[in-house]
Amino acid sequence: MSQSALALGNTSRPKKTIDGSRGAYLIDRYGLVVAPFLIAALALVLFLYYQSLDVPNAVTQVRTSLDPEELRAETLRHIEISFLATLLVLVVAIPAGVLLTRPRFRRLAPFVLGIANAGQALPAYGLIVIGLTISGQGVFSVVWTLALFALLPVLRNTMVGLQAVDKNVVEAGRGMGMTKMAILFKIELPLSIPVILAGVRTTIVITIGMAALAFLIGGGGLGITISTGLKLAQDSVLIVGAVLVAIVALTFDWIAACAERLLKPKGL
Amino acid sequence: MNAQAKIHLDRVVKKYPGSKVPAVEELTLDIPEGEILVLVGPSGCGKSTTLRLINRMIEPSGGRILLDGEDVTKANPDKLRRRIGYVIQQVGLFPHHTIADNIATIPKMLKWDKKRITERVDYLLDTVGLPPEQYRDRYPRELSGGQAQRVGVARALGADPDIMLMDEPFGAIDPITRERLQNEFLRLQEEMHKTIVFVTHDIDEAIKMGDRIAILGERSTIRQYDTPERILAYPVDDFVNDFIGNGSTIKGLNFLQVSSLRLSDYPALRESESAAAGLNLLQEKGRDWLVVLDGEGRPVRWASQEQLGQAGTGDMRGVGVEVGDHLKDENTLFEALELMVQSAAGRTCVVDDAGQFQGIVDMGHLNKAIRTAQSEARRHYEELEANA
Repeated sequence: MSQSALALGNTSRPKKTIDGSRGAYLIDRYGLVVAPFLIAALALVLFLYYQSLDVPNAVTQVRTSLDPEELRAETLRHIEISFLATLLVLVVAIPAGVLLTRPRFRRLAPFVLGIANAGQALPAYGLIVIGLTISGQGVFSVVWTLALFALLPVLRNTMVGLQAVDKNVVEAGRGMGMTKMAILFKIELPLSIPVILAGVRTTIVITIGMAALAFLIGGGGLGITISTGLKLAQDSVLIVGAVLVAIVALTFDWIAACAERLLKPKGL
Repeated sequence: MNAQAKIHLDRVVKKYPGSKVPAVEELTLDIPEGEILVLVGPSGCGKSTTLRLINRMIEPSGGRILLDGEDVTKANPDKLRRRIGYVIQQVGLFPHHTIADNIATIPKMLKWDKKRITERVDYLLDTVGLPPEQYRDRYPRELSGGQAQRVGVARALGADPDIMLMDEPFGAIDPITRERLQNEFLRLQEEMHKTIVFVTHDIDEAIKMGDRIAILGERSTIRQYDTPERILAYPVDDFVNDFIGNGSTIKGLNFLQVSSLRLSDYPALRESESAAAGLNLLQEKGRDWLVVLDGEGRPVRWASQEQLGQAGTGDMRGVGVEVGDHLKDENTLFEALELMVQSAAGRTCVVDDAGQFQGIVDMGHLNKAIRTAQSEARRHYEELEANA
């Protein structure tokens, strides 16, 4: 901010993002406003497509798969699975990220990051089958395997965010007699929020995408619709299922982006 | 142990595991109450480490630290630090807190009530020269480097600690702002009388800020500990001499005042007198330059024998060259030297508060003053040695 702006008591934010480009600034500024319209447009297109299918008079398989009640239930199931998996990630990965950046456990960081990396590197399909063999069919298996698969972004961003906190700020806090806990909760975590939330956003999108595989081990969700479409060579069922997943993913990505904006501490 | 010592370091050692030589070797140091002690030394000598041992940002491996006679070596370090102001070069303001919240950090930890905190924050912002109504609600990123460090100092003063530790606080600030902050801080210290330990690598800053200076060598050993005047007048060894560098004698002139000089009688005449009278007076006194005074007895020009000769029979109005600025009693000899080298006569005039001519200062005066200061300092060290 320029001196003259200071002199005028102008506290408006500088009109650019970190990389300083105008394009990025526009996306940053208007993306949140435009996205819901795009999502609504996509939903409208899907709705019109659905209407054109004339479901009540279609072949039995299509009629059962695309029954509105059925679709609603599977969509909600899909969201539920993704939500639980994301929640599990938050509960596990944020504390783990905090611990792994503390001096005492810092040595373990490469090891744990290795596991998380492997979790993401394994094919999701394979991972879900491993979940099946370990804890059987059902939502529980789905949730923990999805969480393992989507753990890395939050874990890594928590660690990166904490490590990126200006050491001088921590030093100043320590020098004023703040306890370690106070430094963590009042300085380090608040300052890491933007980075951590970026990880959470990635995790949300990953879990919603991967939840489409949940049906493989009896977890339900929109994967059922998509797979029915595939197996029975009913393109309309496949398309409705896939577009619904996309709409769910885009919507939650937008919600997370709004949260990112709202939760970002002032002054950063 | 010195009775007035606010901070006493008793054979404090810092040794890092895996390192054969200690970073700080058996340091014993008294820091007198209400003074600024500057720790100065070359990079890597351990001066910052020493500073950080005092508030136990670095835990000492041996020895004791006493504040007001109380051993704090084993005290709760967080509580200890709340009693000690701490300012670092990079400031380290909390970027997500407003200026007011930054300054309120320690008062909040000490659970002051809201009203008291607000008053304290406004008072401190005023003290460091930032109008509260304008700065209170801003965020650190809206501040310049100099403003940020003002807030840094205000924050360290938050709960009015007796002791302040300052680690190169003005090191990252441009020279002009740095000078202003130094001056303001010294003025503040005149009112506050805090006990301050100040680390710098800049000997000039040390000379300016310090009531006392400790020059540190490797492993934070004290090479010389004294007032800046005495260190400049009598560096005890080559290490100190090299460190304070060229021109140390001239820097020493900053600590001597014109009032300490005995001014010699010097020929001066009012400009209403004739040039011939002036020339006579110069020849009588055996001098080259005459001080020409105005009707009020204020020095206005230097007139040489030659210029007076050329002036012929008239009075001395308009004869000679301007004398430039005058010295007063409270000026330092450094300022005297500055004026002297600018003056055509190689001398400079001293006036009283009314501007009346009192006498002149020339190189002989400075030479004598410096030699006196040096011999006094030498005698001081000889006495110390004799007593030891």
